[in-house]
Amino acid sequence: MSHTIADKAPAAVPATRRLSQRRMPRWAPAAIAAAAILLGIGIGLAAGLESRIQWGMIALLLFVAGTYAVTTAVEGRRQAKDRVVTSIVWACFIVAIVPLYSLIATTISKGLKVLNGDFLSHSMGGVITIQPGGGIYHAIIGTIEQVGIATLIATPIGLLTAVYLVEYGKGKLAKAVTFFVDVMTGIPSIVAGLFILTVWVLMLGNGPSGFAGSMALTILMLPVVVRSTEEMLKLVPNELREASLALGVPKWRTILKVVLPTAIGGITTGVMLAVARITGETAPIMLLVFGSQIINNNPFEGGQSSLSYYVFEQFQNGNDASYDRAWAAALVLIAFVMILNVVARGIARWKAPKTGR
Amino acid sequence: MAKRIDVSGLSAYYSNHKAIDDISMTVEPRSVTAFIGPSGCGKSTFLRTLNRMHEVTPGGRVEGKVMLDDENLYASGVDPVAVRRTVGMVFQRPNPFPTMSIFDNVAAGLKLNGMRRKSELENVVEKSLKGANLWNEVKDRLNKPGSGLSGGQQQRLCIARAIAVEPQVLLMDEPCSALDPISTLAIEDLIGELKARFTIVIVTHNMQQAARVSDRTAFFNLSAIGQPGKLIELDDTERIFSNPSVQATEDYISGRFG
Amino acid sequence: MDITPTDSALPPPSRGSVTRIGDRVFSGLARGSGIFLLVVMASIAVFLTIRATHAISQDHANFFTSFEWDANATPPVFGIGVLIYGTIVSSVIAMALAVPIAVGIALFISHYAPRRLATPLAYVVDLLAAIPSIIYGLWGAIYLVPHLKGLNLWLDEYLGWTGVFDKTDPEGAARSLFTVGILLAIMILPIITNVSREVFRQVPKMHEEAALALGATRWEVIRMSVLPFARSGIISASMLGLGRALGETMAVATVLSASPVLSAKLLDPVGGTFAQNIAAKFGEASPFGRDALIASGLVLFVITLLVNGAARLIIARRKEYSGANA
Repeated sequence: MSHTIADKAPAAVPATRRLSQRRMPRWAPAAIAAAAILLGIGIGLAAGLESRIQWGMIALLLFVAGTYAVTTAVEGRRQAKDRVVTSIVWACFIVAIVPLYSLIATTISKGLKVLNGDFLSHSMGGVITIQPGGGIYHAIIGTIEQVGIATLIATPIGLLTAVYLVEYGKGKLAKAVTFFVDVMTGIPSIVAGLFILTVWVLMLGNGPSGFAGSMALTILMLPVVVRSTEEMLKLVPNELREASLALGVPKWRTILKVVLPTAIGGITTGVMLAVARITGETAPIMLLVFGSQIINNNPFEGGQSSLSYYVFEQFQNGNDASYDRAWAAALVLIAFVMILNVVARGIARWKAPKTGR
Repeated sequence: MAKRIDVSGLSAYYSNHKAIDDISMTVEPRSVTAFIGPSGCGKSTFLRTLNRMHEVTPGGRVEGKVMLDDENLYASGVDPVAVRRTVGMVFQRPNPFPTMSIFDNVAAGLKLNGMRRKSELENVVEKSLKGANLWNEVKDRLNKPGSGLSGGQQQRLCIARAIAVEPQVLLMDEPCSALDPISTLAIEDLIGELKARFTIVIVTHNMQQAARVSDRTAFFNLSAIGQPGKLIELDDTERIFSNPSVQATEDYISGRFG
Repeated sequence: MDITPTDSALPPPSRGSVTRIGDRVFSGLARGSGIFLLVVMASIAVFLTIRATHAISQDHANFFTSFEWDANATPPVFGIGVLIYGTIVSSVIAMALAVPIAVGIALFISHYAPRRLATPLAYVVDLLAAIPSIIYGLWGAIYLVPHLKGLNLWLDEYLGWTGVFDKTDPEGAARSLFTVGILLAIMILPIITNVSREVFRQVPKMHEEAALALGATRWEVIRMSVLPFARSGIISASMLGLGRALGETMAVATVLSASPVLSAKLLDPVGGTFAQNIAAKFGEASPFGRDALIASGLVLFVITLLVNGAARLIIARRKEYSGANA
């Protein structure tokens, strides 16, 4: 420590800085926003722009530009930059909220039109597409059976794979499995459908069935189950395993009796989220299950419908009665997926290890 | 460049929990003031009210006045960003920007203030690193990432970064608690040198450290867990450690609790 | 939950061989499941390739460059030129729109929104990510397409000179690659937002405080501390979104009025994507036609494989990087 301190202050930073600077009042951003919206509407009306989306975009642009101009004048460049980013971030939020809100609102308002007890308890058997009426009972049966079978296959395999990765996996095999689980997560559903089509239908000569769809769904579900279970198992403290092993409990019983029960909450959540994901899949059903207008309770023989495929089918019919049915089925599908999600997240929160964050 | 801090009637909250209650004190310019006290007594919270960092914590809220010479930090027109430029801070764990080089770390605050000219920057960076007793160790690797330094070096880098913008006051929140004894010694020496230019406030868990580096010492305490922390007494360090006027201070210093 | 080993879990010492068998069976099962997964992946590649090579060998056009898709004809003519173009263009539009907005929303949730708004908002975005794509497709075709007409007219009128936004029939429906891009953007927005928000949340508090204590404004804190830390996370989030956009079937199939024309005019109702083409042509495909579609599916598989592999590599690199600074 031989150097002396330079005790002259560098000239670049002004010696006397005032802490209080001219600042905009707190209502300023709201005022700028209001002005921008009014101007946007004005310009929209004056130029005769048809689409409200454009009005909104003009207003947003004016909002961001206006914020910059006003803040630069009042508070200086640095503050202006900060405020502009703030306004851009708010704008992003609004830009995103509009379509997503519209999606939900449209589905609910249009879906409620024909959604009633009859709609839930009847199939499309004997209903001509341009007629109102008919329902989704057969599609619900199909969805439950296909998703149920997929869950029955994917859950044990997924759990065991995760157990392998966390408790046993070392070396090249584990690395390869980890890598391909990740890659598998990204397989488009239509490719999974094509694969089952190739093997099950084209090479083994089977016809369309709910089970064929289930196999494709299994492929889509597996990596999700593995990933989430793996994360949960990693959270189980090693002390628990060691405590059990130290008592002379064999490893497999330690895993079954100690590790899995500890992580069961998180694993359940993961499986439910995976179920929610495959419930909405349409492409594999289209390739492998073919759809059906009537109730087919047997998933191993003949075509079936499914909620998501039903939506697509009714959309393709292209008439008002069908559109109504499509929206109603879409609403049921969204409700089902949302309930699964909410319950799954509820379980996760309820069973979560209490952490600080 | 150093200013006097005059606190009066200051309380700080985390949402509804009152963390410190009605604190008034004066911190003299060009001196080192140490805050000591048991865990949870609010000394770090209090420190963070002195540069308006407390309100960054979700739910954080402050009542009272902090005068920096003649300006109240909590007056309505005051920009917290300007306050933090005037009152620098060094944290418990060294926190250089991990993606920046050593040079850029020191220059970060200067660039924020609009200094762009390379020669000017180099000048101040060198001066600041020398001021933090780090220049000789890093002058050959200014373009290497700051995260490659040892813990003690990183902490001195953070001090260099803080003093580069020439603040009026330097706040240090247990700056040595994550460091080994040798690095601690280096920082303590540095504090002794820096007080010629800055008003320094240091929070420490280590009473020997308070005794070694500070001119004045403030003792904080809380009556029970969950109760707000209070300032018990503030006096010359020598007096606090030899002949404190409050019994609780003596108990704490002699190791009877805390 | 009972997590202590109960006495039932304690085997009597004399049953040591049972223990060993139990261990071996269980670890065998676990290992077998892992291997099963690899086998599935491998067979996807192998079987798709078998059918695809069979189809491509009989193709009377260049599979990679031809624009036509007439696999049912004799001789069959089909190529993926239009599909490659359409898939890439729609995904690029989707990414260009979704990534900045998603990062914006993620920042909004993590750093800007009032806390009372941020927590429920994060929850809602989580839920939105779960909406099935067929519903985006339904909404896109029935609601979005007519609502984009005005925007199309405007783009055609004022930006038509660029060529890209020139629309041959300005009054025609907006069933174009451009609309598909917008719809895909809306669809992948929640996923990219989720992952980015998670990354922003993980930025160590001390880095942000370092910038704050230097007197940085909120934006400067984000620029100095948050974005550098989160960069690779944002990239991998985007790649995840890209993977979904590339392979999306239903949302594209409902919106796009496909015709095998490759056009630089993004607003014209022409073009196609891999997944959409499979969905549209499958119903009337002959047995050979199915093989041709499988061939195009294989190309899609390879592309998504590459994108996901790249995303993974980036994440792996990030782990090293953040590990060095932990």
